Amino acid sequence: MAAAPTASSDDLALVLQLRARDEAAFMMLVERLQPSLIRVARMYVQSQAVAEEVAQETWLGVLQGIDRFEGRSSLRTWIFRICANIAKTRGQREGRSTPFATLAGDDLEAPSLPESLFQGPDEAHPNHWSSLPADWTSFPQERLEGSELRRVIGAAIEALPPMQAEVIRLRDVLGWSSEEVRNALNLSETNQRVLLHRARAKVRRAVEAYLESA
Amino acid sequence: MECKDLVEAVTAYVEGEMSPEDRARFDHHLALCDGCTHYLAQIRETIRLTGTLDLEAIPNEQRTALQAVFRAWASER
Repeated sequence: MAAAPTASSDDLALVLQLRARDEAAFMMLVERLQPSLIRVARMYVQSQAVAEEVAQETWLGVLQGIDRFEGRSSLRTWIFRICANIAKTRGQREGRSTPFATLAGDDLEAPSLPESLFQGPDEAHPNHWSSLPADWTSFPQERLEGSELRRVIGAAIEALPPMQAEVIRLRDVLGWSSEEVRNALNLSETNQRVLLHRARAKVRRAVEAYLESA
Repeated sequence: MECKDLVEAVTAYVEGEMSPEDRARFDHHLALCDGCTHYLAQIRETIRLTGTLDLEAIPNEQRTALQAVFRAWASER
């Protein structure tokens, strides 16, 4: 397994800004990470209000700990770890925890596509396409680049089980590496990949349904 | 490799998490199959499109609250 990524030079620059009490640098980080932090906290605690408190405590912890940040992980991974630790403690105090299977979704082993898209055992080429996937470059550019498709994708992500949604957001919306996501969400390499696989397959189907609906 | 297998292996492929042997099998299938070539292109396009979503806006109250947390911290010491 690859080593966890250490802090980048951008990270270290940001750390210096935070140590220098640079409010704009702090708020930029808040704008990028706050929604994900709240959702990660929400996986451990029972209400949105408590998750928001956890996120706020996380930011205070980040500021109070910034002098001790050694750059052995990326800055955002470190922030998510702080959040997960605080949220876990709160969750344990609440005495109820959400099982991993509920967060991850119960469809991790399910096929990406309906059986009907493939030829059956009695056909000429079993398990090969019975109807070929479309060439998306044949759809009008406006349809692919329009804001409506962004709304469709956003809604498809919202509908995913929480852990699938967070993995695809961090990986594909925010552009994190798989190592960072594994470290931030405490996932094994396999789990990260399976969650991402399910999430992308479902978002692909939403895009397909939208493109073919016109 | 059959099309159905390729669909389930596509994430390992685009993530570069495949053994060289599996990768060769995958590439061999792609070279012969338009359907799977389109499917892989759709997955790559899905990833690209997802990357064009805007950052979620955070509510103003949270922004104000976190600004206050920052200012209280910054004024210490």
